[in-house]
Amino acid sequence: MRVRFWGTRGSIPVALTWRDLRDRIALALVAANGRALDTLEKAHAFAESELPFSIAATYGGHSPCVELETGSASYFICDMGSGARPFGAHVMARQAGAPARVNVFMSHLHWDHMMGFPFFVPAWVPGTQLRVHGCHPDLEAAFVRQQEPPGFPVGFSRLGAGFEFVQLEPGKTVEVDGVRVTPKHQLHGGDSYGYRFEAGGRSVIYSTDSEHKLEDTTETHDFVDFFRDADLVVFDSMYSLAEAVSVKEDWGHSSNMVGVELCQMAGVKHLVLFHHEPAYDDAAIERVLSETRRFEELTREGAPLVVSSAYDGLEIAL
Amino acid sequence: MELVSREYAGAVVLAPDGRLDHDNSEAFRAALQPYLDAAARPQRGIVLDLSRLAYVSSAGLRCFVLAAKQAKAQGGRIVIAGMQPVVAEIFQISRFNLVFDIFASVRDALAALSAEATAAFDRG
Repeated sequence: MRVRFWGTRGSIPVALTWRDLRDRIALALVAANGRALDTLEKAHAFAESELPFSIAATYGGHSPCVELETGSASYFICDMGSGARPFGAHVMARQAGAPARVNVFMSHLHWDHMMGFPFFVPAWVPGTQLRVHGCHPDLEAAFVRQQEPPGFPVGFSRLGAGFEFVQLEPGKTVEVDGVRVTPKHQLHGGDSYGYRFEAGGRSVIYSTDSEHKLEDTTETHDFVDFFRDADLVVFDSMYSLAEAVSVKEDWGHSSNMVGVELCQMAGVKHLVLFHHEPAYDDAAIERVLSETRRFEELTREGAPLVVSSAYDGLEIAL
Repeated sequence: MELVSREYAGAVVLAPDGRLDHDNSEAFRAALQPYLDAAARPQRGIVLDLSRLAYVSSAGLRCFVLAAKQAKAQGGRIVIAGMQPVVAEIFQISRFNLVFDIFASVRDALAALSAEATAAFDRG
């Protein structure tokens, strides 16, 4: 299995500004002072091996959209945030004219998780089969409504793809094109659902927009069971713990520390921090990653938990 | 978990001992509650002396913030003192260092609460 991140930012897409770019170019030039970087190859190697990620690259700005390559001929995608636009370009290029079959799994129907759908080109192509899975009863209505006037100029009925909206039930495992999928209810305004995907002896959890009530031991144990022995957990770590339990309590999101604790209790192998706070710049996300790895070290009792921070374009092979 | 208490001219020093995690955080919260109720008088302060706390999890940190909220609503104040390096690091990672007033020692923390409490501490 391979996990590919097309959109990793929470709440609203963000982009680097001209000032951000100018400042990081300046930092890179200062760091390269005295080096003989007279070819693109040498400059690339320097950027990749010697510059921090927050200077040489960017975590990126698309809202949530995460692809799972499962070995099946069909595509598996979690959420349709603005990352669905580049994901659609990827599908078009890979299909090279052949019709695509795409399984979509919606965590919930908030704007940032479906705003990319009208720009998902395969949906406009006759012959594409789109199966949208979710636990919200108004799944189809939300997709149709998003393209109604005056919000968008072309209605849902004009899309060329064939559609099926598949209602799932929390806790009930279904098999979708050879992949076992189990949804789980999560605490979020209007509810959200996490998904456990199992195929080829590997398991991936997609758990975003999910607040955890630390005093509720039953809830904690339920999530530990849901995460149990997963190879990878994509986890909503939007806030610091202090924010999540005080000023942003009941805002429906979690923290890096809770992600580490749940994953350690569940014996997870790899935690990916996800749904980054839009107010954070790359340096802030990098600092959170570094601190999360340190917290994992401090609290480790068994095998190490690998901790990564998702960025647009990240691919993880399992 | 043991919760040792001392009092200095109305200021209470509470010292949790051991680890504070998901398994015992609610028990800790319950143990803290009588001191919070008793502190329901303006200007009364509580020092959480963390010098014997080896580890605190997210659930334990939440207990601290709930206690601080209640104390503030009652016109009181909770401050932190004497953290071990690991706990200090967890406060920084969680950003709880931005939420609480943190002091190196119990005496420094009492000094921030009242001169009477500091004097009582110095008398031993």
